[in-house]
Amino acid sequence: MASRRKFSMIDVQHLNKSYADKVAVKDVTFSVNPGEILGFLGPNGAGKTTTMRILTGYMPATSGSAKVAGFDVFGQSLDVRKRIGYLPENVPLYPDMSVQFYLSFVARLKGLPGPKLKERLEYALKVCRIDDVRTRLIGKLSKGYRQRVGLAQAIIHDPDVLILDEPTVGLDPKQINETRELIRGLGGKHTIILSTHILPEVSMTCGRVVIINEGQVVAEDSPENLTHRLQGQDRVHVEARAPRPALLETLRALPGVTHVTTREVDGRVHAEIEAASQRDVRADVAAAVVGQGWSLLELRAATMSLEDIFLKLTTREEAA
Amino acid sequence: MSEPNPSTGRRTSRPRSTRPEEPRMTAAVETVVAAPSAARPPVGSSGTLRNLGTVITKELHSYFASPIAYLVMAAFLVMNGYLFWAILISSKQADLSSTFADMAIILMLLSPAITMRLFAEEQRQGTIELLLTSPIREAELVVGKWLSSLLFFLVMLVLTGTFPLFLLKFGTPDVGTMLAGYLGMFMVEAVFLAIGLFMSSVTQNQIVALALSFGVLLVLWLFQGAGQNFGQNGGSSVVAYLGMSGHFDSFTSGAIQVKDLVYYASGIVLALFLTVRSVESRRWR
Repeated sequence: MASRRKFSMIDVQHLNKSYADKVAVKDVTFSVNPGEILGFLGPNGAGKTTTMRILTGYMPATSGSAKVAGFDVFGQSLDVRKRIGYLPENVPLYPDMSVQFYLSFVARLKGLPGPKLKERLEYALKVCRIDDVRTRLIGKLSKGYRQRVGLAQAIIHDPDVLILDEPTVGLDPKQINETRELIRGLGGKHTIILSTHILPEVSMTCGRVVIINEGQVVAEDSPENLTHRLQGQDRVHVEARAPRPALLETLRALPGVTHVTTREVDGRVHAEIEAASQRDVRADVAAAVVGQGWSLLELRAATMSLEDIFLKLTTREEAA
Repeated sequence: MSEPNPSTGRRTSRPRSTRPEEPRMTAAVETVVAAPSAARPPVGSSGTLRNLGTVITKELHSYFASPIAYLVMAAFLVMNGYLFWAILISSKQADLSSTFADMAIILMLLSPAITMRLFAEEQRQGTIELLLTSPIREAELVVGKWLSSLLFFLVMLVLTGTFPLFLLKFGTPDVGTMLAGYLGMFMVEAVFLAIGLFMSSVTQNQIVALALSFGVLLVLWLFQGAGQNFGQNGGSSVVAYLGMSGHFDSFTSGAIQVKDLVYYASGIVLALFLTVRSVESRRWR
C-alpha cells in the first residue's frame, strides 16, 4: 500500500473473524491515514459491521491484527477505546435521559475531564444541530434527531478515530445531506471510517473506498479511480421512432459499437448501446438515425455509475 | 500462548488471562500500558472511582426516572409497615426480629424487580455496545451497577428507620440487636441484588431476568429446610450452610458472626464474578 511510509491511524492486517457456523470476515487488510475519510462499502451482511466491531474492541478477531493509533485493539483495548468515537448501526440511546444528560454521561464514560466537558458538550450540541432539543427526553425525539444525538455522542470526547456504522440510515433526504456535510467537515480533524450501502454517500464524502463483499475486500481506491478503472466502456441510451429491426442493424453497423439491445414501447424503440470508450459514438448515432429519416427522440450517455461497478464487483463470484 | 512480540507489538494468539484490561473483582489497580503512539494522548483519565461514579450516577438517574422504582419502594414500605404494626399489636414486644424475617421474604420478591433492568435493558436496546466500547472495564461496570442498586435499596431501608424510632419512643428495645438486624438485612439484600444482577446479564428480557432471579433466590432461601432431607452424615449441614436464611437468623437475634459475614461476602463476590464473566462473554459470541 502506498501509505505504508506514513503513520497509519488505523492499520488492519489479515483480519479474520468466524462465528460458529459462518465466516464473517476473511483476510481483510487495509489502512487509513490520519485525517482521511474511508468509505466502507458493501451489501448488507458483507462483514462491515463485524470489522467495525473488531476495531472498536467490541468483539475480538479470530486471527490477524488491527491497530488504532498505534495500539493493538486486542492487547491494548482500553487505550484504543479511549481514542475511538463509535456510532453503531443501532444508535445506543437511553430514552429516559435528556439529550444533555446523555451526552454528559457518555463524555464522562469516555474519560473526558470535568472542565473540558462543558466546552465539548456545547461544541457537540452545536455541530450536530441538536442545541434546540438539549433538554428534551431522547425517547421523545424523531429519528433524525436521534441519529444526530448518536453522532454527537461519537464526537464528544474529541477522539482521534471516528467509526460510523451507517450514519445516514433512516434519515430524510435533507437530513442525509446535512449529515454528509457534517461528516465531511469532521474529516481532517478526525480519521473516519464510514460504512454504508448507499453509493452516492461514498462519492460525496469519502476520499477512499474499500468495497467488501462476503467478508473479503474486493476493491480499494478513490471513488473517481474506481469509476474510471472499471469503465472499460461507455453506454449510450437512444430513443427513436423507427422500425426496430432496421434500427438495430443500423446501430450495430456503427464503428466502435460492441453491443446493442432494443425494446419497443408504444411504437418508440429504446436502444442501449455499449461501445468502446475511446471514442464518443453519440455523434455517429445521431447522424445515422437522422440520416435514415427516423425521428430521434432522445440520446444520452449512460455512464457506468458507481452503482453498476458495485454490483459488478459484488456479484462477480456468481457470474464467474 | 505467545507473548507479544516486542518488535511488532502484534500477537498471533491472545492470552486472555494476561491481558492488561483483565477485569478484577476489586478493580482497584489502574493498569497503564506503555505503547508507542504518534497519536494525541487521550483526553482524560479513567480512574476506577471515576468510572464507578459515572455508572452509579447514570443508574440512579434511571431508577428515579422509572415508575417501577417507585412501585417497588411503595410496595416495600406498605407491606413492611403493615407487618410491623401487626406484629407489634400481637406480640406487644419492642423487638424487630420478626419484622426483619418478614422483610427478607418481601425483599426476595421485590429485589429481582430492582435488578432486572440493569443489564437486560442495555442488551435489548443495544446500549451495551456503547458501554463495552468505552474505556471502562467490565468489572467497573458490573460493580457500579450493583452499587447503584444497593444505594437504591439503602434509601428504602433508611425509610424503615421509623420502626426502631417508634420502638425507642414508646418502649425499650435492644439497640444492639436492632443494629445487627439492619446489618444482616443489608448483607442479605446485597447478595440478592448481586444474584439478580447476574440473572439480568444472561438475558435481554427483563421479565425473564425477574423470573430467573426470583427462582434462584427462593431455592437458596429454602436450602435451610431442605438440608433436613439429606440425612445426618454431613450432607445436611453442607446444604444447610448454603441456605441463606440460617445465616440471616443469627443477625436478627443480635449475633454478628464472622462466618455469616464471610458467607454473604463470598456470595456477593461469586455472583459479581459470574456477572463480569457473563458480560464479557458478549465479546466471544
